[in-house]
Amino acid sequence: MSGRVLVGVKRVIDYAVKIRVKPDNTGVVTDGVKHSMNPFCEIAVEEAVKLKEKKLIKEVVAVSCGPQQAQETIRTALAMGADRGIHVEVAGKDYETLGPLQVSKILAALAKKEDAQLIILGKQAIDDDCNQTGQMTAALLDWPQGTFASEVSLEGDKVKVVREIDGGLETIKINTPAVVTADLRLNTPRYATLPNIMKAKKKKIANVKPADLGVDLTSRLEVLRVDEPPQRQAGMKVETVDDLVGKLKETGRI
Amino acid sequence: MLLGSPSWLGRADPGSTPDPAGPLLHVIPPLSLSLFPVSLSLGSIVFLLSRCCPPDVVVFPHCVEEVSALTKVCHQHRLPIIPFGTGTGLEGGVSAVEGGVCFSLRNMDQILDLHQEDFDVTVEPGVTRKALNAYLRDTGLWFPVDPGADASLCGMAATSASGTNAVRYGTMRENVVNLEVVLSDGTIIHTAGKGRRPRKTSAGYNLTNLFVGSEGTLGIITKTTLRLYGIPEAMVSAVCSFPSVQDAVDSTVQILQAGVPIARIEFLDDVMIDACNRFSCLSYPVTPTLFLEFHGSEQSLKEQVNTTEDITQSNRGSDFQWAQDAETRNRLWKARHDAWYAALALRPGCKAYATDVCVPLSQLPQIIVETKEDLIENRLTGPIAGHVGDGNFHCLMVVDPTDPEELHQVHLFTERLARRALAMGGTCTGEHGVGLGKRALLCEELGSMAIQVMQGLKDTLDPHNMMNPGKILQPREL
Repeated sequence: MSGRVLVGVKRVIDYAVKIRVKPDNTGVVTDGVKHSMNPFCEIAVEEAVKLKEKKLIKEVVAVSCGPQQAQETIRTALAMGADRGIHVEVAGKDYETLGPLQVSKILAALAKKEDAQLIILGKQAIDDDCNQTGQMTAALLDWPQGTFASEVSLEGDKVKVVREIDGGLETIKINTPAVVTADLRLNTPRYATLPNIMKAKKKKIANVKPADLGVDLTSRLEVLRVDEPPQRQAGMKVETVDDLVGKLKETGRI
Repeated sequence: MLLGSPSWLGRADPGSTPDPAGPLLHVIPPLSLSLFPVSLSLGSIVFLLSRCCPPDVVVFPHCVEEVSALTKVCHQHRLPIIPFGTGTGLEGGVSAVEGGVCFSLRNMDQILDLHQEDFDVTVEPGVTRKALNAYLRDTGLWFPVDPGADASLCGMAATSASGTNAVRYGTMRENVVNLEVVLSDGTIIHTAGKGRRPRKTSAGYNLTNLFVGSEGTLGIITKTTLRLYGIPEAMVSAVCSFPSVQDAVDSTVQILQAGVPIARIEFLDDVMIDACNRFSCLSYPVTPTLFLEFHGSEQSLKEQVNTTEDITQSNRGSDFQWAQDAETRNRLWKARHDAWYAALALRPGCKAYATDVCVPLSQLPQIIVETKEDLIENRLTGPIAGHVGDGNFHCLMVVDPTDPEELHQVHLFTERLARRALAMGGTCTGEHGVGLGKRALLCEELGSMAIQVMQGLKDTLDPHNMMNPGKILQPREL
């Protein structure tokens, strides 16, 4: 086995930012807004780096698809311990319409090219909440998938994954090569420390174009409109239970 | 008890303040003003010992220009101004003892001007410590001053906050480089000059540190420029038990003397450990205990831990449990983190108040021993937790808020404790500030001459005594 793990990292609007919809309702405001690595991708990187520290795998490769700024996200992954990066250049209109289907085609092509043993992704991105890329990548490669992982362990040429599901926890064992997607409780990602950020500047990031991988970026989806959720109406405080019942009757609730 | 006499104040009886909202609404839109003080969420525990005084009006300015305009209105109409960050202060700093206008600064929440290579950043009052550190996480930098609560950084500057990390990273006094302050007449100043952020300066009077710790009585802080540090490469946490308080504190002194750059050194007494054991289902030996944390590179950590272990063992310290990975470290420290809740759980239905004194290190064993005797003699529940590296400790007084006699006893106890600290060359407040409750003690601590200088500064910067009246300085003798 190659011992190589591919980790996908997505650059998204930082989770702490208040999202605003553009006045023309075509999307959200991204200009001048703080961006950072998708939190689930951070967990994915952490898991890969942990596997390397335990000497269960040999190399962690961080991949991001996007414009020039995607390199910052790759640098963060490198500072967390990834060995090298691959920046798949997607810009302009292509970037605006980039979605899970195209990304999974890119990741599948890269996985073959890099002879990856394992692909670890975040379960979903916090901007689109699609939760599709991992699953589509596995399908395109015809690889098994362990999604919503809260625990991952390598056992020979198999991977044991404990999955968080509605009914509780499900433990599965899948053959490698495989795709795993990280859920919240998988680990606590480390902070990038200054010395590691310095070291990361020396690590290599290769530039690749989707066409080089034979991937067609045409989107089959068209965003018609983006709206804010409806404004919450102000609540009302009442003094007594009788008042409460009275108000509920008044507004036709009971 | 809390107010000066109306005639001395030079204005009408506070109870008959004319409607303050009117003139304020000339300067800000109606949505930025609230007549319902419950729109503030107050977390101060000192309201056990003094009444909670809500303001008459709350305003929510969005920028320093609005703060200045509102201040001018208040100045003109002699309305008290109470700045409000997160309300997490522990000495009643936001209590509006003379009513007035509370300036809730939470809408000013921008993080401005981060300079990674210079290790500095400027923040507005609505930015909390955790929000800043979350923002900085990709840069490898952090702001280490950690008072426990997720407090407003400008509020932390106003109260000169400190925390568990002070032994290595200092308090707010050492880490504020510049402030933007709105004075009582609406003038906006920059204490170190606009936009300036040198790592050191000898330019003029130290205005920055005049306002740090002024608790809103000299001006409203609307921006603070902070010194940042590199996130440690690695951390190790350790726990060690001792047969006596003296042994634990001797270890602390020796660790510092050995030059170990220890990041956190926290003391929990036997009562506190027992409470933590019960609350978090742990099984630490019920004796004085030190919780330690080391920051540094892998190599430096080994050296630090070895040196420290030698010291603790030579002071009859027990098995030195230590851990490096995040999960185990968190488990080791869980006891210390949950100390507050563990103390409360000792007596369900009660509230807690944290005392706060600081003495020279060499005096620590004596003051802790005497304090414990005082607690036992007066049958008070006060588990002790402290930042022993600074000589600072807290008794978490667990008290029944409906029992006036017990409240009174706790009040007397805290005064005895403060006086004990003063007698040992210490201070009546290591971290929490003077606020309402320690004004008399401040006079004892500083002496009348120094207090007069402070009063002089206050009179110069706030001649009408409208900036957070009733805090820090006592009403003047007539």
